[in-house]
Amino acid sequence: MMLRAIWLIVRKDLTVEVRSRELAYTTLFFALSCVLVFAFSLVQEGRAADGVGPGVLWMAIMFAGNLALGRTFERERQAETLRALMLVPAPREAVYLGKLTGIVLLLALTEAVLVPIVAFLFQAEMLAHPFWLISVVATGTIGFAAVGTLFAAMLVRARSRDVLLPVLLYPITVPVIIAGVRGTVAIAQPEFDAEVVRFWLTLLVAFDVVFVTLALWTFEPVMTD
Amino acid sequence: MSVDFDEVAVEDVSRHFGRRRAVSRVTFRVSRGMILGLLGPNGAGKSTLLAMLATLLRPSSGNIRYGALDSSARASLRARIGVLGHDLFLYPELTARENLAFFGGLYGIADSDSRARTALERAGLDARRDDPVASLSRGMRQRVALERALIHDPRLALLDEPFTGLDDASTEALLARLRSLRDGGAIVILATHDLDLAEGLLDHALFLREGKVIQAMAAPGGLRATYRHVIGRS
Amino acid sequence: MTKWFFYATLLCAAMFAISPFVIANAPYESTMGLVQKVFYYHMPSAWMFLTASVVCGIASARFLITGDSRHDRTAWAAAEMAVLFGLLTLVTGPLWARKAWGTWWIWDARITSSLVGWMIAWAYLILRQYGGPGSEKLAAGLALFGTANVPFIYISVNYWRTIHPATTVVPKLPFSMGFPLWFCVSAFTLLLVVLMKLRVRVAEQQARLDAIYLSLDEEA
Repeated sequence: MMLRAIWLIVRKDLTVEVRSRELAYTTLFFALSCVLVFAFSLVQEGRAADGVGPGVLWMAIMFAGNLALGRTFERERQAETLRALMLVPAPREAVYLGKLTGIVLLLALTEAVLVPIVAFLFQAEMLAHPFWLISVVATGTIGFAAVGTLFAAMLVRARSRDVLLPVLLYPITVPVIIAGVRGTVAIAQPEFDAEVVRFWLTLLVAFDVVFVTLALWTFEPVMTD
Repeated sequence: MSVDFDEVAVEDVSRHFGRRRAVSRVTFRVSRGMILGLLGPNGAGKSTLLAMLATLLRPSSGNIRYGALDSSARASLRARIGVLGHDLFLYPELTARENLAFFGGLYGIADSDSRARTALERAGLDARRDDPVASLSRGMRQRVALERALIHDPRLALLDEPFTGLDDASTEALLARLRSLRDGGAIVILATHDLDLAEGLLDHALFLREGKVIQAMAAPGGLRATYRHVIGRS
Repeated sequence: MTKWFFYATLLCAAMFAISPFVIANAPYESTMGLVQKVFYYHMPSAWMFLTASVVCGIASARFLITGDSRHDRTAWAAAEMAVLFGLLTLVTGPLWARKAWGTWWIWDARITSSLVGWMIAWAYLILRQYGGPGSEKLAAGLALFGTANVPFIYISVNYWRTIHPATTVVPKLPFSMGFPLWFCVSAFTLLLVVLMKLRVRVAEQQARLDAIYLSLDEEA
């Protein structure tokens, strides 16, 4: 029941997205605009300051991710479909996991374009170790999305939800951004040190496990009136 | 895991939001094969009451019993409850068939796609089944929404203002559908403003004002007169 | 108000009134001079900030599990205390740091973690204030996540930068440095308790008022 429900929700989100393509394009474009803004802020005398590439990447991911989360749940607010999802007999955790999967896929798509572009623009040798890079970016994205999906779902019926989401989300995802940036920096180093990358990766994996579990526990009580 | 029940008993149920009492000590009982109408002005608490019956909201006090079960068996109860809300619960980008198949699947129906087709045929919307819901007229969307609410053959059907924005043909179709639901043994509870329509349809009526039951009528006739008398023109 | 509360408030006020003298009598620290005295307010503030945060986390968890509004009121009061004492800590800290290390701010593990924790407490208050009805549960969820986050925040910030002096400063102090510290800690603890009690009481009165309104509605 649970797996089928998750699959149905993911498939539904993908179908809606493919029809409208709104989220994919706007998220990607927004992420790229962020990168551009950071470029103008950080580039001096035609050269990017050393080592800002990873920072720019993760800032763009977090801002674009925030936008995507808000928009995804705004969609479910339209015809009160989130309410309809709360009415089905399928376990509510399935709704959480389904939405989480959708967001992670959307962000993965964005990052697939974003990472190479940031690497080129900021001369960061991130792409030298693709396996490590993908692991760090993936676990960081999952951690961010795990917390973000819960908060965005929580806030659907709240007032001021647009501004409350980043207010709540960013302090809680501080470990993700630190680990993500330091991990990516370590990957971009000329003398690659697997130990350091492994440390940050472990932290991210631990974060993901703890917070997905916590979100699964609290989803039901928090969404029940 | 399939539960069923013969009657729904609302016992001294209240619900407040902060200082505002939305529903105040409501008690009533409905059984199979009955259509109950909740009548009253805006803000009377009809939608809140329906939300509690749907297990979306928990009462602040009192109890709602579904046969021998109470609302703590929420997850299994939901499989037997169908809700048509104020907002239609349909994804505008998906087609009518996709919407029905999606929710059908979530309600545990194995062959949700063929069920969706059958439902749309019955609603007379087979021709538009592959059109996105956003492109349908209000009346058609309402019909799809109704089928979505009923696709899993619920024992309890809750409808909030189902006649809003419907033309004559759709209204007739809805009335017929509700009657056949009732005859099939379902419990139907609907909230409506439309007293003329309710007149021929309801088996029982509850008049609500400011969250309280002002009057209950069995086999109601002369609804408009009673409404005016009981609730007034406020 | 109960008797103990009255005496507690009196005692607390008295202790704070005396504290400058107690602190002044503590030995002059060799390298830092007068500014080091800020430490006697800074340390206790930090501890109260931590205590309040823990109380908020536990109360929020209990509220989510039981749904009892008493825990919710405690959690909200604790969050306000956390923001208050956190602010005090973050203001007195730089005053001390300027003298000790030459800069107003340093991105070390403990300080930065405290800053993040303080922002989470502040976010809790923003949510309660602007989230509209139903924000009690949401805020409890936030508090829970914030509490679970503490080890992660600390570890990630720690391996990012670190130069905060070791905590062993406290036990190693000679009695004359120790007594003012414990005196201030007691004063601050009393302050926390008094303020919490006041704040929870205000919330209780509000709840009682709401209940009266509701029952009035019923008679009508």
